[in-house]
Amino acid sequence: MSDVTHRDLAPASLPLRPARSLYAGNARAVMFRGWRATRSTNWLVMVSGFFEPIFYLLAMGIGLGTLVGDVTTESGQVVPYAAFIAPALLAVAAMNGAIYDSTWNVFFKMQFARLYEGMLSTSLGPLDVALGEILLALLRGALYAVGFQLVMQALGLNLSWWALLALPAVLLIAFGFASLGMAITSYMKTFQQMDWINFVMLPMFLFSATFYPITVYPQWLQVVIQALPLWHGVELVRGLTTGAVDWGMLWHVLYYAVMIAVGLVFTTKRLRALFLD
Amino acid sequence: MSQPVIVARDLVKRYGDFAAVDGISFEVAPGESFGLLGPNGAGKSTTMRMVGAVSTRTAGDLAILGLDPDRFGPEIRSQLGVVPQADNLDTELRVRENLLVYGRYFGLPRKLVAERADELLAFAQLEDKGKAKVDSLSGGMKRRLTIARALVNDPRVLLLDEPTTGLDPQARHILWDRLFRLKEQGTTLLLTTHYMDEAEQLCDRLVVVDKGKIMAEGTPAALIRRYSSREVLEVRFGSDRNADVADQLAGIGDRLEVLPDRILVYSENGEAELERITSAGLHPLTSLVRRSSLEDVFLRLTGRSLIE
Repeated sequence: MSDVTHRDLAPASLPLRPARSLYAGNARAVMFRGWRATRSTNWLVMVSGFFEPIFYLLAMGIGLGTLVGDVTTESGQVVPYAAFIAPALLAVAAMNGAIYDSTWNVFFKMQFARLYEGMLSTSLGPLDVALGEILLALLRGALYAVGFQLVMQALGLNLSWWALLALPAVLLIAFGFASLGMAITSYMKTFQQMDWINFVMLPMFLFSATFYPITVYPQWLQVVIQALPLWHGVELVRGLTTGAVDWGMLWHVLYYAVMIAVGLVFTTKRLRALFLD
Repeated sequence: MSQPVIVARDLVKRYGDFAAVDGISFEVAPGESFGLLGPNGAGKSTTMRMVGAVSTRTAGDLAILGLDPDRFGPEIRSQLGVVPQADNLDTELRVRENLLVYGRYFGLPRKLVAERADELLAFAQLEDKGKAKVDSLSGGMKRRLTIARALVNDPRVLLLDEPTTGLDPQARHILWDRLFRLKEQGTTLLLTTHYMDEAEQLCDRLVVVDKGKIMAEGTPAALIRRYSSREVLEVRFGSDRNADVADQLAGIGDRLEVLPDRILVYSENGEAELERITSAGLHPLTSLVRRSSLEDVFLRLTGRSLIE
């Protein structure tokens, strides 16, 4: 009964590439979809997320900052309190934008809108979907970050020309959070599980040397904080906007590169297991 | 003869110990309209997903357009149009945008997709709904939009998983008309349904599937000839009397089937059987002679007990 002859019929013009079933090179179609969807439905939600770090900057940096005065950074620099927390909040802005899109929005599309099922019954592969969605989340994070940095510039909180490099840095941060966020979300099944993400995000935001130097913690707690992604982002951006640049910062870059890769691999694997098995 | 579009041989899909599809074989020729008919849980949708190259087979052989879906998933999917059982239209996009965006998923140029979108809106009789929100459409309109969307890549095969389930009769007839037009244009259709009238309307040939296996295969007319009779006489004597009367009806018709509420007499000539019954002094409360349908075939093959 084994007279199915597809092996002979497979045209020679279709060489076997191992990644071919994963990636059609068309992530931009997924981004195009996201852009149309944002344009027609949820641009207002996007605007609200932009203001959150700005409110923090005004309340803590300007308001609380008048009580705190100047702060000595880890590199020994003395800077105004607002200039100390502003780069941290810039990293947070990038993180927030990336996380909104890659967690709750992805969860909804996956569980309720059955969007990816539709996408994956076309010639798109799971890596196209993962990359498209992650790049879209990255763009949102970048948009928040650019806006925030303009506010910083207006308030005179960019202390060095190195601050220009903070833009590519926040892109990297947004990419990392978007990638890992989508990977984790793709394994979530219920709203309760999604709440765990918030449960991790809030303390990470508050305690990652955002509002005070990490040296206030005992050694063991410092190690815990340094294992989390936001701390690396904060340190990287703070180094750039305050001009305290050194080679050690490349470790932060490496941390995010790994985070991006891990997120993409797991998202792709999971999408394939869910929709193409 | 031209190369079949779909060839399945001893196709198996197991989830753990459970075999959702348990060794089914069939072939679909180009331009043919082929149906998978079966009760819920028969393995129809699983088969469709394997043919759609979004589910890998556990065993057996499968070739879609001459290609193995395990190795050429994207190539196969680029030639298929898929209408899933539950609509998965993009509710964050407007009606026309759904077509535009879906066309882009296939990597088609923007201009071509825009042209096709307008043609397909006309085909789906949704010209004036292009800017409407998807959620504002009726069930029938959503279904037509899903079919239009499935056609955006000009597919060689259209897969329809229970295309009219949940639609009112009018919406079903509009949809049948659209599908019939596609069939006339030479599109190969593979559809699942549990509606007998739908299978009779749309399928050139079909298989009856139950518990993951094929029970019968043929054209609707041939299946009716083989598994039923030309006509069916339905007589009712009242729920408490049906069983008693059935004994006295022995010998009437080709075959009898006693149901709780009525007795079915399968025969070449229903009226003649009814005369024999009344001349024997039995007077049914109601009687009805009808042409035999796929429903009779289906129920005979898959049994009358409720399958959940």
